[in-house]
Amino acid sequence: MAERSFASEVEDLRLGEGEVFRGEGILAITKALLQSGVAYVGGYQGSPISHLMDVLADAKDVLDELGVHFESSASEAAAAAMLSASVMYPLRGAVTWKSTAGTNVASDALTNLSSSGVNGGALIIVGEDFGEGSSIPQERTHAFAMKSQMWMLDPRPNLPSMVDAVETGFELSEASNTPVILQVRIRACHVHGQFTTKANRAPRYTMQEALQNPQRDLNRIVLPPASYMQDKQKLNERWPAAVKFVKERRLNEWFGPDEGEVGIILQGGMYNSLIRALQYLGLADVYGDSKIPLYVMNVTYPLIDDEVAKFCAGKRAVLMVEEGHPEYLEQAVNTILRRRDINARLEGKGMLPLGGDYTADVLTKGVETFLEAHAKPLLGNRSPMPTAAGVLSNPKVKALADVVPQRPAGFCTGCPERPIFAAMKLVEQELGPHQISSDIGCHLFSILPPFNLGGTTMGYGLGPASASAFNVASKKKAVSFLGDGGFWHNGLSSSVGNAVFNKQDQVIVVVDNYYSSATGGQDILSSRAENERRSTNNSIVTAVKGIGAKWVRQIDRTYDVGKMRDTLKEALTSNEPGPKIIVASSECMLNKQRRVKPLFDKAVKNGERAIKQRFGVDEDVCTGDHACMRLSGCPSLSVKHTNDPLKDDPVAAIDQTCVGCGNCGEVAEAAVLCPSFYRADVINNPTRWDRGVARVREAVIGFLQRRREARRPVFI
Amino acid sequence: MGGQGGGVLSDWIVALAESQNWAAQSTSVPGVAQRTGATIYYVEMMPPQGDRMPVLSLMPTPGDVDVVMAAEYMEAGRSMMRGLVTPERTTLIASSHRSLAVSEKEQAGDGIADSGVVVEATPVAAKRSVVFDMQTMAEKNGSVISAVMFGALAGAKVLPFDREAFEGAIRAGGKGVTQSLKAFGAGFDRTVSPVAEVAEPRSGKEFLEPPQSLKDPRLDKLLQQIRQNYPAALTPLLYTAITRLVDYQDPAYAQDYLDRIAAIHRLDTSLSGERHNFALTREAAKYVAIAMAYDDVIRVADLKTRASRFARVDAEVGKKQDQLLYMTEFMHPRMEEVAGTMPAGLGRWLENHPAVFNRLDKLVNRGRRVQTRTVFWFFSLYMVGGMRRFRRGLLRHEKELAHLNGWLKLVTETAPKDYPLAVEILKCRRLVKGYSDTAARGNSRFERVLQSVPQLIGKPDSAGWLRRLTTAALADEDGTKLTGAQKTLETAFEAEQPRVA
Repeated sequence: MAERSFASEVEDLRLGEGEVFRGEGILAITKALLQSGVAYVGGYQGSPISHLMDVLADAKDVLDELGVHFESSASEAAAAAMLSASVMYPLRGAVTWKSTAGTNVASDALTNLSSSGVNGGALIIVGEDFGEGSSIPQERTHAFAMKSQMWMLDPRPNLPSMVDAVETGFELSEASNTPVILQVRIRACHVHGQFTTKANRAPRYTMQEALQNPQRDLNRIVLPPASYMQDKQKLNERWPAAVKFVKERRLNEWFGPDEGEVGIILQGGMYNSLIRALQYLGLADVYGDSKIPLYVMNVTYPLIDDEVAKFCAGKRAVLMVEEGHPEYLEQAVNTILRRRDINARLEGKGMLPLGGDYTADVLTKGVETFLEAHAKPLLGNRSPMPTAAGVLSNPKVKALADVVPQRPAGFCTGCPERPIFAAMKLVEQELGPHQISSDIGCHLFSILPPFNLGGTTMGYGLGPASASAFNVASKKKAVSFLGDGGFWHNGLSSSVGNAVFNKQDQVIVVVDNYYSSATGGQDILSSRAENERRSTNNSIVTAVKGIGAKWVRQIDRTYDVGKMRDTLKEALTSNEPGPKIIVASSECMLNKQRRVKPLFDKAVKNGERAIKQRFGVDEDVCTGDHACMRLSGCPSLSVKHTNDPLKDDPVAAIDQTCVGCGNCGEVAEAAVLCPSFYRADVINNPTRWDRGVARVREAVIGFLQRRREARRPVFI
Repeated sequence: MGGQGGGVLSDWIVALAESQNWAAQSTSVPGVAQRTGATIYYVEMMPPQGDRMPVLSLMPTPGDVDVVMAAEYMEAGRSMMRGLVTPERTTLIASSHRSLAVSEKEQAGDGIADSGVVVEATPVAAKRSVVFDMQTMAEKNGSVISAVMFGALAGAKVLPFDREAFEGAIRAGGKGVTQSLKAFGAGFDRTVSPVAEVAEPRSGKEFLEPPQSLKDPRLDKLLQQIRQNYPAALTPLLYTAITRLVDYQDPAYAQDYLDRIAAIHRLDTSLSGERHNFALTREAAKYVAIAMAYDDVIRVADLKTRASRFARVDAEVGKKQDQLLYMTEFMHPRMEEVAGTMPAGLGRWLENHPAVFNRLDKLVNRGRRVQTRTVFWFFSLYMVGGMRRFRRGLLRHEKELAHLNGWLKLVTETAPKDYPLAVEILKCRRLVKGYSDTAARGNSRFERVLQSVPQLIGKPDSAGWLRRLTTAALADEDGTKLTGAQKTLETAFEAEQPRVA
């Protein structure tokens, strides 16, 4: 992390025995890793676990004191592979990423890791980006746990429970020689809470010890016949060991009365919402005291058959509260009940929605339906529940649906990617629409208004690869975009290498903004910042040439819309075989401002001459056609009504948040839009020379202005 | 919304609650929403019972929210749509400023959503509301909106904590404390003692009120014509128009304008226009003035070199006394504009000789960055602005005049047959705007819309149809919606069943 400091969060990592940590869930998990004697940590940044990576990247001193190795992995696959250090050695290791996106990438390594089994505890912390506000498809990490037979923890969403899950997760992993997935939902990662800390622990066994005493065991290598044996071990040794550990350590929890006609089984992550739902139904208090027996699965894989059977036995019906689909847990619980011939009726997705967030509102309705069917008296006299139904049916509130606009994510103010897509839009106005493959990253916002560019997105670094099939002779070439993040994650081999090898006649645009921006501005191989712990400044152009690309153009200032447009046109009309690669580079404005602004303010304060630029619009010149908006979408460029009664439509206006990136002027120039835009250069601390020249200019200009004004007829 | 400090605000609220020994929890889903999108931060708090800590929810439940704080007016609307604001319990604290969505900005016409709908819904949905422009207040106090909102929360007294506790939370945060406290105080005061907001009209557009007489005899002559020949209701509009045209060209040009309007007014009177409140005269007065003050190179140069403009830029940018400010204009003249600024004969000759025209275009057609506050560039623009006196003889003027005459001919021919349609033809002029290619596209859409006039004359709701075509033409850039609307029109009249929307 080059441009943002996590110094105060790093201080939290130093908290000792019995102190109180206050902060975000994901930071509590980070602290828990250090309390658990972890020896190495890796991962790939992404919402909602970026902070874990960011804070550890800034925590060199803390990590060095403890002897913990931290690495920003090149991808989730690299992170997962890193866990192989725990296969032979008693080293505790943890990796983290966004799921299911990252788990997909990591699954090759995870398959082999879980086959080998581990000696030291291996913990995979997945930030589950599920539900409202999610940026990825709604899939379940649960499937990966089942198919590779890794254990899965889904703790209750409060800091003490999550911290506890980290600590016991390592123990479970060691007790069963199996990697453990700790699943934390997005809101749990960002929840603010507190827990009592323990002292950090240095790893019992160090990385150096492992390196100096290398060990190998043929039985741990995934190659027949060892792999057949490993498969047997998974089923006959590791599974029972895990079940025994979970049972003995009581990792799952029971709440409410011991007996009851009905009960509820839930994933740990559903606990808070379910308690709220029960509260609405008059069946729990706000402190979690439930009138219905609850069985909370903090371990969602493996299931503990005996616990499930015992909970269900003697109950008329049990409700399975399981967020996400398909309903793996419901199926598994049913299997347990059938195998043991327990007659409790199991309800689940029949009474709850198949997909989506299980909010308190959703759960209230589901639990009510369940109780209606199986234990009506529990609902009592049904005090009124919170509802907005009345107000939502009011015509005045309904009318809002017609006016409140969608507010999709878009490029930030001054984003260097905006001019790239403005140029692409101009090219399409000339050459017609093209097949455009997009990728993962901020640049994907090109698919939304006002650019409306891009037809597919197949995965991180896979943009150009997803255009592969279009490598046929045609009047138009396929175009694909990928970011620098995607390029280094996977794109260099899967996309660029693939295109070079197959002589794909497509145009590849690498959007290089010096950071992995969408995940929070982390450094990557081609970042321009000097980073003493990482190797940066590795050129994308050199990399693609090294892999065999011939037609390569570097654009050093994406804001040069004219050049950007001409280069795209040149690429689209080139007859050269093989991919045409344009590397379009300019610094992410969010990070640039973080870097430059303090320096600028300091310079001004110190009396140095410093020029600040911003853009403006002459409202009497602007005719309100909004052509500029359709090539921008910048938050600082908006429209406003003027006081001119002879203008019907609002005119363009630029607000104080403008950072003077230059896009407005360049676009107006390249697209021949209009002369309304101006750039204002404000000179702070002008020199005597500056002031002298300005005085002369003012005198001449002022004279001419007064001369002309004097001749204008005056309405008085 | 991204960048408004929602995280800071929820941190303050949590810190406030914790400082009062309450249990508090906040959650959010920032993710991609940080990039200009909108997101919800959700906070729950309550006093613990001994050492029993409450189990707090991570998501709001509709109908169960005590305070909703919206940092933008349409977002307040969205929170009501989501059922988070209910009359039994919710205090709505919202900033009335707008941050426009892309969908509102990209339309060629006026795409700004009607805030009035949110105004209407607020008393229905909220138990109590605190609404004012918190953004402007924040800017005035050198802070961000989150600080003003925190002040409003304190002032609303929905939480049982006193002002000092709130301020303590800001101090504990440790960043930009002085400015934050100032903005907090302003928000607090404004909430505790609301000032009666001056009901702002939807736009401040008002025509100038004409004086009794003017000192300059040339101008007074124009004024007296307006006073004598037109209904009083039209005089402010006509007066505004002549001030614009005198500013644009000269008093004679304004006289030319009044002559054209007089002819239309006579026609209007003969058609018993008073029954329509002289709508024909009114719309002609407005749109002929706009058409005659067309945007050309001379006008742009004139506007860009005025002292009043320099002052406006200085104010907008916030230039301080000890700073210097230079402007760079982004101009991209093409040969079309240059030819338009030539004497009509020469310009036309060039246009008729594409080889010469294109070769010259290669020389001319490129982006020029004009530094208006330097002597050379100012003088160049000043000279172009000074070409005003030759304007009547230039090619562009000839073209504009032909266009104007053709359009007014259509109006005067249509008016006796279909008065409302003629009025709507005048309003179509709204489509003509922009420069260069944008203007060309606007013109072509204007022509395309007017092509439908012959088939509309005398048909039921003909004016309504033309208005819908105009709206469709403004809706998108490539004209797809207009094509669709014109198809609808054709089928509607083919079936002889005009649909009235």
